[in-house]
Amino acid sequence: MVTIEPGEGLQIELQSSVAAQFGRQIKAVITETLEALGVKDAHVQAIDKGALDCTIRARVTAAAVRATGKDVWKD
Amino acid sequence: MRNSKLVSLEEAIKRSGLQNGQTISFHHHFRGGDKVVNLVVDKLAQMGFKDLKLAASSLSDVHAPLIEHIKAGVITGISTSGLRGALADAISHGLLAEPVVFRSHGGRGSAIANGELKIDVAFLGASSSDELGNATGHGSKSICGSLGYALPDARYAKHVVVITDDLVAYPNMPQSISAADVESVVVVDSVGDSSKIAAGAIRDSKNPRDILLAKQAAKVIINSGYFQDGFSIQTGTGGASLAAVKYIREEMLQRGIKASFALGGITAHMVKLHEEGLIGKLIDVQSFDKVAAESIAVDPLHKEVSAVEYASGQHLGSATHALDIVILSALEVDTQFNVNVLVGSDGIIRGAIGGHQDTAADSALSIIVCPLLRGRIPCVVPKVTTLITPGKSVDVVVTEYGIAVNPGRPEIKEKLEDAGLNVVDIKDLAAKASSIIGTPDPLPFGNKVVGVVMNRDGSVLDKIYNIE
Repeated sequence: MVTIEPGEGLQIELQSSVAAQFGRQIKAVITETLEALGVKDAHVQAIDKGALDCTIRARVTAAAVRATGKDVWKD
Repeated sequence: MRNSKLVSLEEAIKRSGLQNGQTISFHHHFRGGDKVVNLVVDKLAQMGFKDLKLAASSLSDVHAPLIEHIKAGVITGISTSGLRGALADAISHGLLAEPVVFRSHGGRGSAIANGELKIDVAFLGASSSDELGNATGHGSKSICGSLGYALPDARYAKHVVVITDDLVAYPNMPQSISAADVESVVVVDSVGDSSKIAAGAIRDSKNPRDILLAKQAAKVIINSGYFQDGFSIQTGTGGASLAAVKYIREEMLQRGIKASFALGGITAHMVKLHEEGLIGKLIDVQSFDKVAAESIAVDPLHKEVSAVEYASGQHLGSATHALDIVILSALEVDTQFNVNVLVGSDGIIRGAIGGHQDTAADSALSIIVCPLLRGRIPCVVPKVTTLITPGKSVDVVVTEYGIAVNPGRPEIKEKLEDAGLNVVDIKDLAAKASSIIGTPDPLPFGNKVVGVVMNRDGSVLDKIYNIE
């Protein structure tokens, strides 16, 4: 699950069952996804149980859309 | 009765002459429902024992209370086939000063028989016993069926205590553990919760990936050259493995082929095929569910065997030597066909060797069935986290992305290709996995050895380091 709150810069709090091996990659995917959406300041909480990158991207995008009210799929 | 061996647990321990530093043993036929290990070790702690070595045939989630006994110095050494849950987690983080010694079921049987693993006192839970210690896995309160893993302990331990919750009139027969091997009999409220041996009734997996894997595994077997009248087979309890039996059964009916025997942990599935006349005999070291446990009590063609008779690599008479086909699972398989079934990809112990090493080594055809990925965890990897079953024992790896055949078995590869199966290079499977998940960072292992993995010949195969 991914939740987004206002913040300064991108802060990512990750809890993952695969953190030791994939934590770095998961944080990179979250950062890339938000940057591509133009989000520069946010406090992100992500609870992961070993999802693939495509799923993480979709979850982060959905959270950003809900937080900003800007529908990137429609616009 | 004259010569009654009936005493309290405390008296049995005193009688045994157990000393600090000695080895006590247990079996795991009650699996997640076992009550004997905790009961006995609690009593030993209460009586002030220290520095005991615990030799179990396996340990599971239910044995988490051992953590406190390890901290208190009551237990200072463990040998087992597997570890799970909080105890496994704590040991992976370095709880125990001495490394845990992991052996396969056959390896443990051999080690007990040849004196490498010396047991001072065996505490053997039994679903029924008479006053002299004739004991079985069937009783009015509990049922576990075969006591195969307890039989080497009963035969070779210096002192044997049978612990039961159903004291029956002499003679309790046919018995699994013979009174001739037993020094004391202790009656307790409960030795185990048999409902936790197998969780619920056996159902066919509805997971589409399991069904796909099962169909592929069945096709491998059917086209391997070993699927002939009189063949023998062993399967695990995993969803794909059980589902494979269903497809093999259909093919057996269609072609009029019958199996001579099924081996191993026996499940309700195997009992059903046996009762249908499709499998001649069942050789049972461990009954995996209630149906199997009930069958072994009444069916003369459903036979209990000890761990030595089942899978010892040092006794040529063991049943695995006669086994044609085995279907096994894996946490990880690497590009050299090495298999890990013990340590998770987070570096934490979470499994058991079981009969994996034994059946893979001795069978004519060993098939590993595993998905390419479990979530983000790869199952086909460049190198296994921990080596449990050497690649030279592994013939075929079945994944949903293709079937890899060990280069040492070109004749099998040819047969599977001729049958039109999707045979791929195992390196391509590993590459496919990493293309989806990326390259994992190395695990934060420390320098302390927390586990030693034995091969079935008594040599060391691998070491497990603590995780930080």
